Amino acid sequence: MTDWSGYLSLILQGAVVTVQLTVMGSALALVMAFVAGLGRLSRFAGLRWLATAYIEFFRGTSIFVQLFFAYFVLPFAGISLTPLQAGVLALGLNVGAYAAEVVRGAILSIGKEQYEACIALNLSRWQCMRRIIVPQALLVMLPTFGNNAIELLKATSVVSLISLADMTFQANIVRSQTGNTLFPFATILILYFAFAMIITFSIRALERRMARGLDGVRN
Amino acid sequence: MEWDWNFVWQIMPTLIEGVKITILATLLGSVLAAVVGLGIALGRRSPNRILARGIGFVAEFIRGTPLLVQLYFIFYVLPDIGILLSPLVAGVIGLGLHYGTYTAEVYRAGIDNVPRGQWEAAKACNLSARQTWTRVILPQAIPPMIPALANYFIAMFKETPLLSAITVLELMNQAKSVANTYYRYIEPITLVGAFFLAISLVAVVLLRWLEHRYGRVER
Repeated sequence: MTDWSGYLSLILQGAVVTVQLTVMGSALALVMAFVAGLGRLSRFAGLRWLATAYIEFFRGTSIFVQLFFAYFVLPFAGISLTPLQAGVLALGLNVGAYAAEVVRGAILSIGKEQYEACIALNLSRWQCMRRIIVPQALLVMLPTFGNNAIELLKATSVVSLISLADMTFQANIVRSQTGNTLFPFATILILYFAFAMIITFSIRALERRMARGLDGVRN
Repeated sequence: MEWDWNFVWQIMPTLIEGVKITILATLLGSVLAAVVGLGIALGRRSPNRILARGIGFVAEFIRGTPLLVQLYFIFYVLPDIGILLSPLVAGVIGLGLHYGTYTAEVYRAGIDNVPRGQWEAAKACNLSARQTWTRVILPQAIPPMIPALANYFIAMFKETPLLSAITVLELMNQAKSVANTYYRYIEPITLVGAFFLAISLVAVVLLRWLEHRYGRVER
């Protein structure tokens, strides 16, 4: 009987990389989502086009192709990235494009009267966005952001194909070393599912926390 | 490194071979996903609680774990229990099962949107459960969900490069093999990206038309 504990620790090392990628990728995606989402709603046509081009491009090609592009083609253009940097960049930009549409939709869902109230109170555009619109839109975005974060978690498995030692990569190593296929793949499937559950529950908790005191205000 | 058009024409026939497999996998995967999704949606509504819960959990599990790992599981673990699949078949099953869990949600929303009165009318007309589904509910539920289903089929199309990981000779794999033969990455990978972008943009236009034709259903 093979000693599985050593192999399990190998997979857990990969799990750390997967978590790192998910956290850093999500951070980048969040920034891109707001930049591009608000960009699409900008007063300036140039900004709107730029944001639309970014969103359509990253939603139109798959994460896989983007990752390969970042890792294999960018070096020829003089930009060399480590696998981790390429992974975070591709994941963040890709999921950011999807989340940007969420940001846009949520902001458009806020009623016109809120903007009118801003004007009545003589708030600047920036103050109106920052203090009135975004805090309300955030609550609308949150559940979809949770789904996006799970998509990002699942997409991290693709980085194993550019030789980054994440969970999937380590599972493949265990497979080739032991010849056993069920143990490594069943283990990582369960781990991925557990991570997805953690994301689901923390988003739900966050949602409850942010919705506190809003009963009766929102319909 | 410069862009070389001669090289582009030289590798084009190989890439087109890949495109054929990519499209074939997408079509077969879409059919399977449409069937699996309906099965899951109906199973979750089964009067048998344990069955409904069990199917719900399995669907949740498949949706929470990466497609790539599922493909590995189908391709490497199933042969151990005596089920030998060709790479393409394994890939199509993986795509179909994974996206089936997504389309199941579309079916669920579509079925929930059929007014209660229709169920009651079916009962009043003394239709059997089977007749109720095939003659009354599904014909009304399915047309409004076509745009949302198409949306997932486009998403599936963009995920097909993952099949290269289980040695299916689709577009990405062909591109990688020519890139490795000539050690030129710019052209093959860029062409793959351009190809996916082109098809996606056409698909977006098609989707707008479908939305116009059949109306929207909540996803």
